[in-house]
Amino acid sequence: MSGFQDLLQFVFAGITSGAIYALIALGFCVVHNTIGIVNFAQVDFVSLGGMFLFSGLFWSGLPMVVALPCAVAAVTLVGIVVERLGVRPSRSQNHLVLIFLTIGISIILRGGMKLIWGKNRMAVPPLAGEEPLRIAGAAILPQAVAILVITTLAIGLLVFFFRGTRLGLCMRAVASNQTAAAVVGIPVGRVKAASFALAGGLGGLAGVLVTPITTLSYDVGVLLGLKGFAAAILGGFGSFPGAVLGGLLLGLLESLSAGYWSSAYKDVSAFVVLLLVLFVRPKGLLGK
Amino acid sequence: MLELRNVSKWFGGLPALQDVSFRIAPGQVTALIGPNGAGKSTLINCISGVDRVQAGSVLLARRPVEALPAFKIAALGVARTFQNLKLFSRLTVLDNVLTGLTVAAERSFAVSMMRLPALRHQERQLRLRALKALDDFGLAKKAHWPASSLSYGEKKRVEMARAFVSDPRLVLLDEPVAGLNTEETAQIARHIRRQRSAGHTMLLVEHDMELVMEVADQVVVLDSGRCIASGKPEAVRSNPLVLEAYLGRMEATA
Repeated sequence: MSGFQDLLQFVFAGITSGAIYALIALGFCVVHNTIGIVNFAQVDFVSLGGMFLFSGLFWSGLPMVVALPCAVAAVTLVGIVVERLGVRPSRSQNHLVLIFLTIGISIILRGGMKLIWGKNRMAVPPLAGEEPLRIAGAAILPQAVAILVITTLAIGLLVFFFRGTRLGLCMRAVASNQTAAAVVGIPVGRVKAASFALAGGLGGLAGVLVTPITTLSYDVGVLLGLKGFAAAILGGFGSFPGAVLGGLLLGLLESLSAGYWSSAYKDVSAFVVLLLVLFVRPKGLLGK
Repeated sequence: MLELRNVSKWFGGLPALQDVSFRIAPGQVTALIGPNGAGKSTLINCISGVDRVQAGSVLLARRPVEALPAFKIAALGVARTFQNLKLFSRLTVLDNVLTGLTVAAERSFAVSMMRLPALRHQERQLRLRALKALDDFGLAKKAHWPASSLSYGEKKRVEMARAFVSDPRLVLLDEPVAGLNTEETAQIARHIRRQRSAGHTMLLVEHDMELVMEVADQVVVLDSGRCIASGKPEAVRSNPLVLEAYLGRMEATA
């Protein structure tokens, strides 16, 4: 039975981190689909989510239920600012130029965080209690359950947003053909800003959910974000179902390889997968 | 409705449009004809804001619009189709047509933001309008197909449905029957005739002279970026300049 319990434990841990990678990967996809670039500032949206949550809780003394949505909203705002002041004024629309621009913005954001919050590691309390739940013999943190529930809700909302709202339709239209979008009356610039806002929200959400597990620092998002990037590539860059699938697979792979092989290689597995996908099937699992 | 005053545009040093001026009255169908490379598509792009004029002005209901971005010109009631189809290929046919109603939805956006049920009601109305337009263009059965899965002729009709669904003030049709077989051409011609009797104002770029002579109230002829003739179809047809620049060549090759 203990073998099964181990497996259950690993699977659950994998799905939990997979959910986080999925959120980050979705953030990458949203921007990629409307602007056609990889937004490397996505990784800092994750750190910022944790930072804003920390400040909301300990500087402003807000209760968790208020601080969490406020932190996500704040990162959403940062997303808009990054697009308005960082990406849009670019005189070149060359994708490579824009991608390098996002790398620069990412470094600026990290510098800003270092100035405001310092370089020390900080602890963020979990959403729910710290007493592990016992499910079929496996010990599961309440935070992990919170992550799964909230991520599922967020993905559900995202699907509704894209399928059932006009702004979602406009975003899909811009992703599909920008000239056509403009001539039917869609303000393409505003839709691009909205995509950055959404990416900020998704990254921020990943941040507020994961930092209670990982501890918080100004660069906590870098490794997580790059894994989210790998997840997006694994699923097929730009594909939303692919991002979720890629995130979950990557999380599972990481957790199982750490459990059955060696935890020393945990972080390596993500990038081995990244390389394998690029060698064998560059368009990813569900990519077009 | 639409007035062009001395519109000019250059690509590099080459003139694409030189001093083009003409007017379109409401409810009229104007055909824009001319040999390949005459600047017809460029002109359509300039009117719809996809491209910028470099001199002269484009007046829509006496308002200059040549400096406005494409989405604002669309909001003023100008819709268009493209010579080489610009559909949202990843979206369903219905979603494609729904995007054509962006302008109609935007108009009361602020109001409907405050009242969610009203918003939902509005979206339902827009959906009905889109379905009606699909029905009008004979595409009702394919509403939920991805646009990329349709035949070329069907895609042309989706694009027309997307343009006409919002009842725009002016529709620019860039070669609506190019690349279609006889049967599909007849189908599109029927739709153009129907929109014409519904009172839509259209600017039609077309090589098919039979179609042009049949539906146009006014014909404008471009040659090397210059407007060499305009007027009633019969008058333009017998204009010696036109015969030389365009019709003559057509007949010689036919």
